[in-house]
Amino acid sequence: MADPRTGSSARSPAGSSSGSSAESSSGSSPGPNGGHHTLCAEGLTLAYDKVVVATDLSVAIPAGQITTIVGANACGKSTLLRALARLLRPRAGRVLIDGESIHRLPTKVVASRLGILPQSPIAPEGITVADLVGRGRYPHQKWFRQWSSADEAVIAAAKEVTGTLDLATRPVDELSGGQRQRVWIAMALAQGTDLMLLDEPTTYLDLAHQVEVLDLLVDLNRREERTIVLVLHDLNHAARYSHRLIAMSDGRLVAQGSPAQIVTESLVEQVFGLECRVIPDPVAATPMVVPVGRHALAALETQPYPCPPEPNGASPVERGARPTSGGCA
Amino acid sequence: MKALLERPLGTRDPGPATAAVARARSAGRARATTVSAALAVAGAVAFAVSVSAGDFPIPLVDVVPAIFGYGNADSDFIVRTLRLPRALTAVLVGAAFGLSGAIFQSLARNPLASPDIIGITAGASAAAVFMIVAVGAGGATVAVGAFGGALATAVAIYLLAYRRGVSSHRLVLVGIGVGAVLASVTSYLLTRAEVFDAQRATVWLTGSLNGRGWEHVRPVGLAMMVLFPAVVALARPLRALQLGDDAAKGLGVGVERCRAALVVAGVGLAAVATASAGPVAFVAFVAAPIARRLVKAPLTLVPAALSGAVLVLVADLVGRRAFAPTELPVGIITGVIGAPYLLWLLARSNRVGRGG
Repeated sequence: MADPRTGSSARSPAGSSSGSSAESSSGSSPGPNGGHHTLCAEGLTLAYDKVVVATDLSVAIPAGQITTIVGANACGKSTLLRALARLLRPRAGRVLIDGESIHRLPTKVVASRLGILPQSPIAPEGITVADLVGRGRYPHQKWFRQWSSADEAVIAAAKEVTGTLDLATRPVDELSGGQRQRVWIAMALAQGTDLMLLDEPTTYLDLAHQVEVLDLLVDLNRREERTIVLVLHDLNHAARYSHRLIAMSDGRLVAQGSPAQIVTESLVEQVFGLECRVIPDPVAATPMVVPVGRHALAALETQPYPCPPEPNGASPVERGARPTSGGCA
Repeated sequence: MKALLERPLGTRDPGPATAAVARARSAGRARATTVSAALAVAGAVAFAVSVSAGDFPIPLVDVVPAIFGYGNADSDFIVRTLRLPRALTAVLVGAAFGLSGAIFQSLARNPLASPDIIGITAGASAAAVFMIVAVGAGGATVAVGAFGGALATAVAIYLLAYRRGVSSHRLVLVGIGVGAVLASVTSYLLTRAEVFDAQRATVWLTGSLNGRGWEHVRPVGLAMMVLFPAVVALARPLRALQLGDDAAKGLGVGVERCRAALVVAGVGLAAVATASAGPVAFVAFVAAPIARRLVKAPLTLVPAALSGAVLVLVADLVGRRAFAPTELPVGIITGVIGAPYLLWLLARSNRVGRGG
């Protein structure tokens, strides 16, 4: 598996020119940045009803890269993603797509440039894969001209790349979690936007399916130059699969930058309140977070319970010793 | 998306893939068309039998001439004055209820959320009974009252269920509660009424097509002429709304606007149907699920309208002829069909943990 972070430098110059031809036939105008649409937020204050959940958020989403928003539960990362996708109107500040305020543009125009896969989209009972993926074409259709061969070609390509072509007639309820997530991504792809926002696309999936989905997103980014913004829970996945991280804590931005730059022991401490070690990922050489925690099984077997483990993760001294209770008291 | 096509990513080339997508789509469309055609044929047969059968039977071959006024004087009178408006009311009321149920069940993403379960027809009933009993109104005034009652009830349910958006669970529970309150209002009004008015109101409350004339066909016919095309035009955003509000917004649907338009259309359909034939039990509740199972698709508006129409036509025919000369109101027959389905749905939704 190649390191996705090298994607931006390894990408050939041919990339941006084919990006603009992708635009012209999907019915949206090319963005100013070599065929890519740009997305940024300036000074956002985000609130649900009266409760302010995030303040002073300014981010620029780099075109053609994978950006992941990370942070602890309830830090406002999904809220930021929803604001970037104009699902939530900011209390203050603005979100700009191609330099224009996203809330000023007609929502259908935005939908032809930016696609969002929400955290828990609903598959209506009994819907088939073909029907669900087809609904992604909504922004490109009108009530008097609903289906064209262009729509079918885009849907075919979306199913092809997500490996869901053979599932076309299957009801979505009967699919496995990984298949279902690929179908939803196919629907988002059918929307034909080069900006894709995905809110926790790996939630509820087992590890193999999580990696499958993330690999697919990297494929989409590298082969089709799509700009991808993710919210992920797993910091190791975020570090492994993103060009750029946005770290949030308690509704504020803490750090932005490449994983190698910003994933440090002190940042994890600050963002997650977790003591950890950061070591190079043995496969991709990206930073990998190993939590220290209070217990480690191997340590439990050798050290009397409930000794706190050595902060430097020192290896057990006596091999094979049974755990005993109250040894440290 | 040309770039995507120029660089096929899988093992196949895009040609056969596109063809497969087109095939899957046309198979789905063909199924919907076949089901609609079959329902239309069934409806036509039920319609003809309904016009032909009665204490004064008119042979099936004479039905069509009589409808257009070319039969003999007796059959012309019976068909054109008595049975045709009744059958037409049945068709239109059934279609309106079916469509309304399909809209509400899709919007709330819940099979229990049909207008007859969540209290909207109860609101129409309470208002209509108020008009009959307290105002002494008849015909069009009752219909207008029913419409206003349904709309006011829908607004009340929405406001009561609103808490940072409306969850379908809360909508159904609040709707059932509001429906119960309105049912007791109706009962109270009946206890205060003159005997004659109370009897009139009671027949209306059962849902009956007895004695329906052209004055009952006209309002529901007009409403269908206006609202049916509107609902068909809103079917596309409704399909997006079924995926959840966030997904629909992301696809470029004006969520609040489309939902408001669909609610108004759904309330309007339920209200005019209730105004014409009374709250015919369970038609709105079962028509759309029947259509969904036949077509095997999550949203089928035309088949839902057609299955509602067939249901009311057949139920009315059974009610009229099964125990002749005693006539049972159509609402009793549809209630007998609908109640077991409601029980089954409740039992099943509890089992799969999607109650409510």
